[in-house]
Amino acid sequence: MAVEIGGIGHSVKRKEDARFIRGKGKYVDDVKLPGMLYLDIARSPLAHARIKNIDTSKALKIPGVVAVITGKDLVPLNLHWMPTLMSDKQMVLPTDTVLYQAQEVAAVVATERYIAADGVDAIEVDYEPLPVVVDPIKALQPGATLVREDREQKDNHIWHWEVGDKAGTDKAFKDAEVVVKQDLYIPRIHVSSIETCGIVASFDKVEGKLTVWMTTQAPHAIRTVIALVAGHLGLAEHKIRVISPDIGGGFGGKVPVYPGYVLAIGASVLTGAPVKWIEDRAENIQADSFARDYHISAELAAKKDGTMQALRVKTIADHGAFDAAANPSKYPAGLFHIITGSYPFEKSFVEVDGAYTNKPPGGIAYRCSFRVTEAAFTIERLVDVLALELKRDPAELRMQNFIPPTAFPYTSALGWEYDSGDYGRALRLAMDKIGYAELRKEQAAKRAKGELMGIGISSFTEIVGAGPSKNFDILGIKMFDSAEIRVHPTGKVMVRIGVKSQGQGHETTFGQIVAEELGIPVADIAVEEGDTDTAPYGLGTYASRSTPVAGGATAIAARKIREKAKLIAAHLLEANPDDVEWKDYKFQVKGVPAKSKTMQEVAFAAYTNHPQGMEAGLEAVDYYDPPNLTFPFGSYICVVDIDRGTGEVKIRRFVAVDDCGTIINPMIVEGQIHGGLTMGLAPALYEQITYDEQGNIQGGTFMDYLLPTAMETPNWETAKTTTPSPHHPIGAKGVGESATVGAPAAIANAVVDALAHLGVRHIDIPITPWKVQKILKEKGVAE
Amino acid sequence: MAVETAPTTSKGQRTLKIHVTINGAPHDVDVEARTLLVHFLRENLGMTGTHIGCDTTNCGACTVLLNGRAVKSCTVFAVQADQGTVATVEGLEKDGKLHPIQEGFHQEHGLQCGFCTPGMMMTAVALLEKNKQPTELEIREAISGNLCRCTGYVNIVKSIDHAARVMRETAEGKA
Ligand code: FES
Ligand code: FES
Repeated sequence: MAVEIGGIGHSVKRKEDARFIRGKGKYVDDVKLPGMLYLDIARSPLAHARIKNIDTSKALKIPGVVAVITGKDLVPLNLHWMPTLMSDKQMVLPTDTVLYQAQEVAAVVATERYIAADGVDAIEVDYEPLPVVVDPIKALQPGATLVREDREQKDNHIWHWEVGDKAGTDKAFKDAEVVVKQDLYIPRIHVSSIETCGIVASFDKVEGKLTVWMTTQAPHAIRTVIALVAGHLGLAEHKIRVISPDIGGGFGGKVPVYPGYVLAIGASVLTGAPVKWIEDRAENIQADSFARDYHISAELAAKKDGTMQALRVKTIADHGAFDAAANPSKYPAGLFHIITGSYPFEKSFVEVDGAYTNKPPGGIAYRCSFRVTEAAFTIERLVDVLALELKRDPAELRMQNFIPPTAFPYTSALGWEYDSGDYGRALRLAMDKIGYAELRKEQAAKRAKGELMGIGISSFTEIVGAGPSKNFDILGIKMFDSAEIRVHPTGKVMVRIGVKSQGQGHETTFGQIVAEELGIPVADIAVEEGDTDTAPYGLGTYASRSTPVAGGATAIAARKIREKAKLIAAHLLEANPDDVEWKDYKFQVKGVPAKSKTMQEVAFAAYTNHPQGMEAGLEAVDYYDPPNLTFPFGSYICVVDIDRGTGEVKIRRFVAVDDCGTIINPMIVEGQIHGGLTMGLAPALYEQITYDEQGNIQGGTFMDYLLPTAMETPNWETAKTTTPSPHHPIGAKGVGESATVGAPAAIANAVVDALAHLGVRHIDIPITPWKVQKILKEKGVAE
Repeated sequence: MAVETAPTTSKGQRTLKIHVTINGAPHDVDVEARTLLVHFLRENLGMTGTHIGCDTTNCGACTVLLNGRAVKSCTVFAVQADQGTVATVEGLEKDGKLHPIQEGFHQEHGLQCGFCTPGMMMTAVALLEKNKQPTELEIREAISGNLCRCTGYVNIVKSIDHAARVMRETAEGKA
């Protein structure tokens, strides 16, 4: 029975595959409208410069070029600046200075894609170079080059943010038996979803209606932003339709509003023709959605016996030229204060200072719920530093300190209430699966022979599912999410949700939630999302929030339907509703299984034979405001071998034990973990965006920015424990980002472990062969 | 071969007449000399199953078969396909029956967002033409020019292996 329904816990094959495997997906660049124009963008070659002149005459002479837009053209429309989600503002096009390389300078609109590119080529800009500051630490020093002349405050400091008990923490450190300190730099990286960003904007002058197809993870929020930013141009929210069609990966990079979107919308409103803008990879990787860039100094106080007591962390966050991160309003440093991780620190204090530099906006997620990776990496690295200091086995030291399962719900020193967890169970399972004790023996034997092998652990705790409305909003909009369910007379179902898949498989998994609740086969349930004209208002998909928030809404909306359906069933069964129970996916008269009605029978009656006095139909809506966040966790163990000749790190095995609470679809969850692990491997060993002193990006194409291929990616081994969330309607916690959060520390810890006997205590990621080889040479062990 | 002296479009671009067979259907068309094969497929013919993910020939989202060989269609001019045959994702399903590689990706959960998938499948089809029983390493090597940001490749490898198995079984069944 359950298998046919395809409810919760079944590896139902994905519905969305049918179109993707046939090349019939519909991504933004696949949208083609009659009379459509193409927009392309000229960008600054310099990181900081005054614009003396923009000569558009040659571009305008090219047959097929319809218009060239510069910052000056946007001033009368008041569109040259736009607000960011973090109470800052960002240039759409500059009127006098550019603040980073690849910043938008002018836009060309043309009848064909290639002609728009020709137009961009023909634009001539006269720049006067200005001094550049790329290092946030230098940027915060007195007398540093000022990045943002437009602000009243004449320095590069954006904000200071702190949380915790400063005095108590300082005292704990003063009294501590052991203190370890580690500086870590978590480099700037880029999500690089394989589909870049783009939009088709189509303004109907007669109706005054704007329709946009856009690569966005949050279509409703975008609709509201457009209404707020461009309301003065006559765009009203009921005449704005945002469609987020198939999205080729998001990972946080498709949450922000980029100038290209605004330009395409503006161009369509002005010309009355549909306008398409699709960025190329170089633009995507040089100007959009950078993550991390945290300079961290972390200290841990402990007793000699290994008991962890206090944590103190100071961080400088490089936000580039605009604070265009997409954090909940109250949290400029995101949820970084999950940094106490899986351990019951008594005292903790964390402070972060944001800085402007001549780089593109930073601080946007990379498959991570608002700075959680930075936090998990720091604490899990620091625990290993402590283990080295105390000459303790890192697994044993973690086991000694974990928040015990009996302590949940547990309130951390920094104020989070962890919902549920059993950290020891996850680590034990990972150790058993990988054969930890034997590996340690093998390592000792190898070391004796001069071979370099390391074992690294990461026992992370995540925080996802933003979030409860009392603390979580974006631009004032509370971070609830929604579901609307309609059961049709023939027992088929339409589900519409406020989130938006970018590959997570919502059409299947949200169908499974409804299938489980209503006893209707998943094949009979259609799930729609991403069209603001039809879907209920929601805040979108990022921060692993779809299942925790919209999943909750879906389960509750389905339960509302079941409530009503029960009354109809009682009517059909001629029974008292109190005598009717929901059992085996049917309504039954208690104790008389033969007297039963299926949901399909009830649905038909809801439209044909409903009780007098009851409203017809079988529909429900729910806007779910989660009572708390959810706290997925896991323990990862990585084994590496290091080539003493090349310095190359080879991942021999990687076991990931994840606990994301109730699992809706094990196949999809495993796929999410595989992908997340690979995006954890990437910054650990390969990816980093750097700039030279002039602010020139290094690594601005896929030639230089190394996404892992199938050759670098190991055969991930996964396992699970299940500790349901007590407050979530189906006990689910969310899983999309856990592995990205947890994996980097396991890999870095493994490499350091391989070299620890040589006196190595830390290596900043990405741990490239060059860095390792340098260490091997210094230590005299290079081959 | 494409003719030497070609007319120009109103935009001043040289055009050439080409003859190319795509998924079995012949096309005789005028195309600008500078048009990339991927844009020819997507823009001129509306075959949007082939995707674009980069501008440096790294991602493989644009992979098609040109005269039976897997090529990155972002790095081939349409005119270079003159007198040739092109196979794209749209041609994999025949008479309502999915190609084993399509079945493999569905069964083994080899795709998430689906953006890399057409290119991955075309690369895999080219591999399985040459190598009926590839090892895991051979599969990984074959797709190392195709980037996927979603799946972590493990299930893609399984999908291709699945297809190889089905194709061998079908071949044996026929023999
Ligand atoms: S589009 Fe990336 S290789 Fe062709
Ligand atoms: S499935 Fe998304 S890039 Fe491969």
